[in-house]
Amino acid sequence: MDKIFEKPESIRDKETHYCPGCGHGIVHRVICEVVDDLGIREKLIGIAPVGCAVIAYDYWDFDVTEAAHGRVPAVATGIKRSLPDRIVFGYQGDGDLGAIGTAEIIHAANRGENITIIFVNNTVYGMTGGQMAPTTLIKQKTATTPSGREQKTHGFPLKVCELLSVLPGVAYAERVSVHNPQNVLKAKKAIKKAFENQIKGLGFSIVEVLSPCPTYLGLSSKDAVKWVGEELVKEYPLGVFR
Amino acid sequence: MAKKVLMCGNEALAEAAIIAGCRFYAGYPITPQNEIPAYMSKRMLEAGGVFLQSESELAAINMVFGSSLTGARAMTSSSSPGISLKQEGISYLAACELPAVIVNIMRGGPGLGNIAPSQSDYFQAVKGGGHGDYHQIVIAPASVQEMADLTMLSFDLADKYRMPVMILGDGILGQMMEPVEFSLQPSAFSLQPKDWILDGCKGRKPRVIKSLILNETELENFNLKLQKRYREIKDKEQRCEVLYGEDSEIMLVAYGTTSRVARSVVEKLRKIGKKIGIIRPITLWPFPERTFKKLEKSVKSFLVVEMSCGQMIEDVKLAIDCAKPVHFYGRTGGKIPDEDEIIKELDAISGFSDRRSDRG
Ligand SMILES: Cc1ncc(C[n+]2csc(CCOP(=O)(O)OP(=O)(O)O)c2C)c(N)n1
Ligand code: SF4
Ligand SMILES: [Mg+2]
Repeated sequence: MDKIFEKPESIRDKETHYCPGCGHGIVHRVICEVVDDLGIREKLIGIAPVGCAVIAYDYWDFDVTEAAHGRVPAVATGIKRSLPDRIVFGYQGDGDLGAIGTAEIIHAANRGENITIIFVNNTVYGMTGGQMAPTTLIKQKTATTPSGREQKTHGFPLKVCELLSVLPGVAYAERVSVHNPQNVLKAKKAIKKAFENQIKGLGFSIVEVLSPCPTYLGLSSKDAVKWVGEELVKEYPLGVFR
Repeated sequence: MAKKVLMCGNEALAEAAIIAGCRFYAGYPITPQNEIPAYMSKRMLEAGGVFLQSESELAAINMVFGSSLTGARAMTSSSSPGISLKQEGISYLAACELPAVIVNIMRGGPGLGNIAPSQSDYFQAVKGGGHGDYHQIVIAPASVQEMADLTMLSFDLADKYRMPVMILGDGILGQMMEPVEFSLQPSAFSLQPKDWILDGCKGRKPRVIKSLILNETELENFNLKLQKRYREIKDKEQRCEVLYGEDSEIMLVAYGTTSRVARSVVEKLRKIGKKIGIIRPITLWPFPERTFKKLEKSVKSFLVVEMSCGQMIEDVKLAIDCAKPVHFYGRTGGKIPDEDEIIKELDAISGFSDRRSDRG
């Protein structure tokens, strides 16, 4: 009998700490499938963020470091410039990339660093208890916006792909989602391209992944993916931005 | 013998870093250390290394973090306000046991202060600076030649103990010109392969370099391991220069630029027969406690001279358990203590200089 589904070599055989229905696990798996497909596990250095995915190295079976909150692109720059023939990718949440690390991501992108960034947008700060993120939707209730985010006090949801798409250093910016299997496949294609670009030396690639955080959306796993597929994509349209 | 060249301290430091095998530099402009990135932007490329002008000091120290974990000898430099921004990264370097050299060419503070020389970041440098129970080795050069020689030593110490090393200079040391000789060769350390780096897991098990340790026992054990290393460093790496240790009744204590002024005071007063000497700490952490302990018995009192409101004086008092009077003279804001002021201070302590007869 042919085996049609198995654990990627790059992922450890381990139960994750993520809440049921969390998108992080899916994104981890997709990255590992791509790493296997491209045969780059042994020349790969990953960077875990500060956020719910901080212990991604417990699941990824390749070299991984962990950056201070928001500093993933700077750490990635240091690694890639020192070892240009290795593959370097950073994994970041929306608080990590879109708030505390905005300067680092914009300048790494603008320098055209030949690195790959996987950006998980779940519209909240998962790790610290569901506070407002820069990506939180208007009217969305969070631990720090109890009556919903108001633009007047907290500004607008931050559109990272749109923002980065105007920078000439960016080789590729695409927004995908993991709310259903078809979209997971599209996400995999995008993540693969982001790594292939690096292998070809094309410069900075980022894939933004819309991802459910059922715990802090206050929704069931089922309703959380539905919300991502129906509501979140309205504010954050999927597609290639550069 | 290598020939002497005339160079400013910042450039001598940068050239020495290259000789020591530093192949990664990232920094953000700030006076009075701008000669370092300017020199590196040319020399580092000639040496086949990486030069990066980063978007901030935060980014620079984290780029150094990234480079260091690949095994490269990496350095960043800045001055006081920029060093404050680097503290987060320094704490992470310490926690991840990553070597790196950080240069602070101190300027006047607090806040934006001014660009004149100062020694007011002593506490920040030797007491931690960032969060957590960690130390960095702190090295204080006092001449352009030492800006070169001690830079080479700093890279070795960083690699040997796998931790950040800070070179603490000031605007004068950075910018004054003196003849310097690059006679030191890179040590054996710079050639040793590092068996802990991340460079892809080919032919070995994957490695992780991180600072998150959620389990309390594990984190306590890790801290105890660091402390053990710090004790070893305190034991082996104390460095200082002592002049007239044998018979001095009063000892000046000063490092860096102020030690040069203090030293001329000592020579001047020695000429008129005064029993005065100087202790010049070269490592500020570990503080050269042993020397102080040894001299404490014969010395009647100490006068600490700093370009600050009194920071190193605390370590002097601790080193001798306050067994003898420790006096202080400091200037701040970019003012440099001058010889007459120090002599006046000595007079106030003990009628020491006998200035009346001196004046004739
Ligand atoms: C300097 C600093 N500030 C704040 C924190 C606390 N903190 C940890 S994770 C986090 C937010 C993470 O949110 P995000 O990046 O969206 O990741 P998620 O958990 O949602 O995946 C914050 C604020 C920290 N660790 N360090
Ligand atoms: S809090 Fe949200 S992001 Fe974090 S693990 Fe749970 S579901 Fe995932
Ligand atoms: Mg988030």
